Amino acid sequence: MPLMQVSTYELLAFEPPGWGGNLLRGLLNSVIIALGAYGFGLLIGIGGAYGKLYGGPILRDLLEVYTTIVRAVPELVLILILYFAGTDLINRLLEALGYARIDINGLVAGIWVLAVVQGAYSTEVLRGAILSIPQGQIEAARAYGMPPGLLLRRVTLPAMLPFAIPGLANLWLIATKDTALLAIVGFNELTQETRTAAGSTKAYFTFFMAAGVLYLALSLFSNVLIARIERWSRRGMPSVSGGPG
Amino acid sequence: MSTIVLAERLARNPWLQPHRIGLLAVAAALVASAALFMRWDWIPNYYDLALAGIWRTIWILVVTCALGMMLAIPLGLAQAAGPWWLAMPANAFCTVIRGTPLLLQLWLLYYGLGSLFPQFPAIRNSELWPYLRQAWPYAVLALTMSFAAYEGEVMRGAFAGVPKGQLEAARAFGMRRSTVFRRIWLPQAIQRALPTLAGETVLQLKATPLVATITVVDIYSVASRVRQDTFIVYEPLLLLALIYLLITGVIIFLFRRLEARIPSRLG
Repeated sequence: MPLMQVSTYELLAFEPPGWGGNLLRGLLNSVIIALGAYGFGLLIGIGGAYGKLYGGPILRDLLEVYTTIVRAVPELVLILILYFAGTDLINRLLEALGYARIDINGLVAGIWVLAVVQGAYSTEVLRGAILSIPQGQIEAARAYGMPPGLLLRRVTLPAMLPFAIPGLANLWLIATKDTALLAIVGFNELTQETRTAAGSTKAYFTFFMAAGVLYLALSLFSNVLIARIERWSRRGMPSVSGGPG
Repeated sequence: MSTIVLAERLARNPWLQPHRIGLLAVAAALVASAALFMRWDWIPNYYDLALAGIWRTIWILVVTCALGMMLAIPLGLAQAAGPWWLAMPANAFCTVIRGTPLLLQLWLLYYGLGSLFPQFPAIRNSELWPYLRQAWPYAVLALTMSFAAYEGEVMRGAFAGVPKGQLEAARAFGMRRSTVFRRIWLPQAIQRALPTLAGETVLQLKATPLVATITVVDIYSVASRVRQDTFIVYEPLLLLALIYLLITGVIIFLFRRLEARIPSRLG
């Protein structure tokens, strides 16, 4: 390349003149946010799916409003609204209680914001999966007198898993990619670190390519893991591939 | 119509169940208090800019969806029925685009290619240079590739899902391969892909605000500008969310109309 004085190898080196270490730290932050957001999103999703299926009419309508709005408004706008509103509300609450204002940790804010977004999608995925369970299994468990918590743990969750995994796998990949949006609010995840590195060395192409490779590696690694989990969740079930319908 | 029938009809209307009337009243009260107690005096100053922004958002959405769909058909066909030297690159393209964030692709194209291009005099002197210096070609390219990759994967399944007997019957009638594709294969594949197409279009709409990060002035960047100029945080964002909700509603409505026009029969 004509104008490039420093070699790609030196730019991506792990030691301080190179930026490789920063990129890897960014990747680690991205993975932590994605894991946190996905985990909390799943909890919201289980609650939301239960509310949508077994809740009263008002709860059902409110959950419908939540999932509709989150799925129709861009994540970027939601992140800004939740980020500003969340930090603002917490600080107002602290002031009302007589404490000093605090700076909200970017990591916590990022996880919280993405979890609300993920929760709406996982609500829909899990609702569909619970409906796909042969309902006799749930009725049988109730007839045995299982309390709801035990029913959820022993019957509903394991039985719905094979139906939910394709959707949940998709959500995990979306979660890893959505962490890039936190670069807009200035959080130091992989995309933001890449932009900083590219901006200060002017080697835009090199760094964005390197970050792309890191994201792709994360996706491909996730795919391998997901395939294993899917096989495990389907253990003991007849194979669907090649069968009629 | 007798009053009893009318009352029965009203009772069956899903919007008029007792708890919904209560919820609607709460929602109306929220909207009214937002209109009364929040600041909306900035709207007249930014009205024209906002309209231009909405227009640009819709324009980018329509253009990238149309171009992306045109690219998705060959991508899906190559993966479903192509020889390995076509299927492999198509598959790799879909995997790479779907495996990396759109924001990164956008910045790679705009900042990466944008910083490489001026180093080559041939490009700088070419007819295309005035366009390559602007931001929107990169935005359109990135969004088109993204839509093509996601929809290409859907089209792969749709092409593979058309029953073999249909294609064999068409061949037996003496249709040429291109006619079979045009009259039998493609229409049935698109019909299969149509339900997911509405969802993909909404996802594409939700991806359009990313172009604001490379200086394309869409409705999202207008809202950001209001925030920076006037230090009003919530009002522009809430209005922005409402605008996206409305556009999503229109997209869903249009696709419902389209699906209703296409005859389908459950087996």
